Amino acid sequence: MDAVAEQKYDFDVVRWFSVMAVVYLVVGASVGVYIASELAWPVLNFDIPYITFGRLRPLHTNAVIFAFGGCTLMATAFYSVQRTCGVRLWSNKLAWFTFWGWNLVIVSAVITLPLGLTQGKEYAELEWPIDIAIAVVWLSYFLNFVMTVATRKSSHIYVSNWFFIAMMIMITYLHVVNSLAIPVGLMDSYSIFSGVQDAMIQWWWGHNAVGFYLTGGFLGIMYYFVPKQAGRPVYSYSLSVIHFWALTFGYVWLGAHHLQYTALPDWTGSLAAAVSLAMIIPSWGGALNGMMTLSGAWDKLRTDYVLRFLIMSLAFYAMSTFEGPVMAIKTVNALSHYTDWTIGHVHSGALGWVAMVAIGAIYHMMIRLFHTEMWSVKLINAHFWLATIGAVVYIIAMWVSGIMQGLMWRAYDDYGTLAYTFAESVEAMHPYYAMRAVGGAIFLSGAVLMLINVIMTVLKSSSEGSLQQARTAPVSA
Amino acid sequence: MSNNNETGGLQSKLEVNVWAFVLVTALALSVGGIVEIVPLFYLESTMEHNKHNELVWQRPEGAKLGDHKPGDGMRPYSALELAGRDVYLREGCYLCHSQMIRPFRDEKERYGHYSLASESMYDHPFQWGSKRTGPDIARLGGKYSDDWHRKHLRAPRSVVPESVMPNYPWLKENLVSGTTIQGNMTGLQTIGVPYTDADIAEAAGLVEGKTEEDAMVAYLQVLGTMAKLDDSKSYRD
Repeated sequence: MDAVAEQKYDFDVVRWFSVMAVVYLVVGASVGVYIASELAWPVLNFDIPYITFGRLRPLHTNAVIFAFGGCTLMATAFYSVQRTCGVRLWSNKLAWFTFWGWNLVIVSAVITLPLGLTQGKEYAELEWPIDIAIAVVWLSYFLNFVMTVATRKSSHIYVSNWFFIAMMIMITYLHVVNSLAIPVGLMDSYSIFSGVQDAMIQWWWGHNAVGFYLTGGFLGIMYYFVPKQAGRPVYSYSLSVIHFWALTFGYVWLGAHHLQYTALPDWTGSLAAAVSLAMIIPSWGGALNGMMTLSGAWDKLRTDYVLRFLIMSLAFYAMSTFEGPVMAIKTVNALSHYTDWTIGHVHSGALGWVAMVAIGAIYHMMIRLFHTEMWSVKLINAHFWLATIGAVVYIIAMWVSGIMQGLMWRAYDDYGTLAYTFAESVEAMHPYYAMRAVGGAIFLSGAVLMLINVIMTVLKSSSEGSLQQARTAPVSA
Repeated sequence: MSNNNETGGLQSKLEVNVWAFVLVTALALSVGGIVEIVPLFYLESTMEHNKHNELVWQRPEGAKLGDHKPGDGMRPYSALELAGRDVYLREGCYLCHSQMIRPFRDEKERYGHYSLASESMYDHPFQWGSKRTGPDIARLGGKYSDDWHRKHLRAPRSVVPESVMPNYPWLKENLVSGTTIQGNMTGLQTIGVPYTDADIAEAAGLVEGKTEEDAMVAYLQVLGTMAKLDDSKSYRD
């Protein structure tokens, strides 16, 4: 029980964000498993408009990215900024505004997306009134974070906070520009950009939502939680400086690699591909920095369940950030684009890196926020293996189906005509789509165990009265 | 932990001043986007019709959208086509179908001439897509009959047994709203799509009694048919 921290910092809002993150992980992954199953067995669409693949897929992406990812980023940022700066949040009230505002956005997404109210831009489907709400809530998060850093007791700003700040600035840029639209109804609008310019702006958004939200923000998590859990300082300060500035300056250029060989001018895609390759260096520098933080403490992996999630996440981070630049190379992209390989790549990042590091951070925070041990360590171990195996099964299924699709589409027979019809390639995907759904379900079952464990831990803390004790225990000032 | 200043200089100054840190980070973050996005709005080579102006319909004074013939060049979508496109967006079709053919031999044989930037100049938002769970449909127009499309929309597996597309039986039940489509056209006019006031005025009458299925079929049948591309021309340098 850490009564000093409990009384020194604002942890209530962090507790709520943490628990909601786990709830949304289960929700988002469930929708994912369902739509994966729809692709394997289309009968599951049941002729009901609200649950067709086309309407649920945006719900899946929004739920995992903005609901699960967002709540995780808000919980971890608000937690670590207080601990690294040695001060309370600048405004606890504003943090609660962020919490309720963000959850309201999520609820409105859950209602509007199945109704087909969409802007029709991938990962930016939400309609304009919700977009405005997102901007306001996001800025409240940003303001509170920066002001907390500004009032810090420590002399220097710790590295995890650099990454969080970069994310907050970049997401503001991206969200505001990409969502510019002319409203034609309360829940209807058209992007003010069209065609090729809209495509470039969309993928500047799309890739940097990955680059700054799902990478930058989660690297902020990594730089706080890995050293903290390992009980050792970050391996190399210089490496983190390079990692930060190279990512901050460089990642922004990558979006156009999603548009190779399209009607986007060739210079843009080639530029993006070149910078993409260069990004291997800072990305691996960062992964190395995280892993080497453990040097001399590797034995902890045998006993420390949190560390296991964190290190596995770094392994996936290293793998995805190698795979990404490879897929940006034009000759590889010619094969991989439009196929399931892209989906596999996204999920090696999303399940392997983002979810694993988030899960590790949440378990780390749970015992400190609720001042009690986790309800079941066995369940956490089971969760680790289910998450790892589920992610691997998913990724392998998509690698095979993606590369197979790419090869079938371009295959010629001896007479110089196309060897396969498109429909034949769809048929060939069936076993892999089923395998993907199974992989997703394995991952989901791990998330369900986590939710049970988290709820039981909260109840345990409440019945033990440990949170109450931490709040009221006398501490020397 | 990382409180040493071995790199010195700017980095150590930024690490103690959050406002300077925010400013420098904000600047570093803006460069890539500006370099890649801004030129697309003014470089003439971005849009092929700047060099090949036959790609865009030169609309005679007073002509209606309905006077356009396939191959005359890009024009704004008709009221019914736009209503179909709205359904296409609503149902999330872009998540499984691309509308962007790349300049490869197999794509040319499977889908047709590679897509040009000018061909999506009136597409707010663009619908190039990123995934082909189903085939590309940039040049779908005219490949199948209207009747095939209706069967396919209602029950895709009745015409393509391998398909994993959902059935869309509700499209034939829902009527297109004339006032909604007029509002949508007015919105697009505001952001630069060259609809005339006369186009908008006649829109409600043109969609009167039409179903969403009619609208979808109209949209699918116009895809890739507006401009006529010439294989002997090189549209990209």
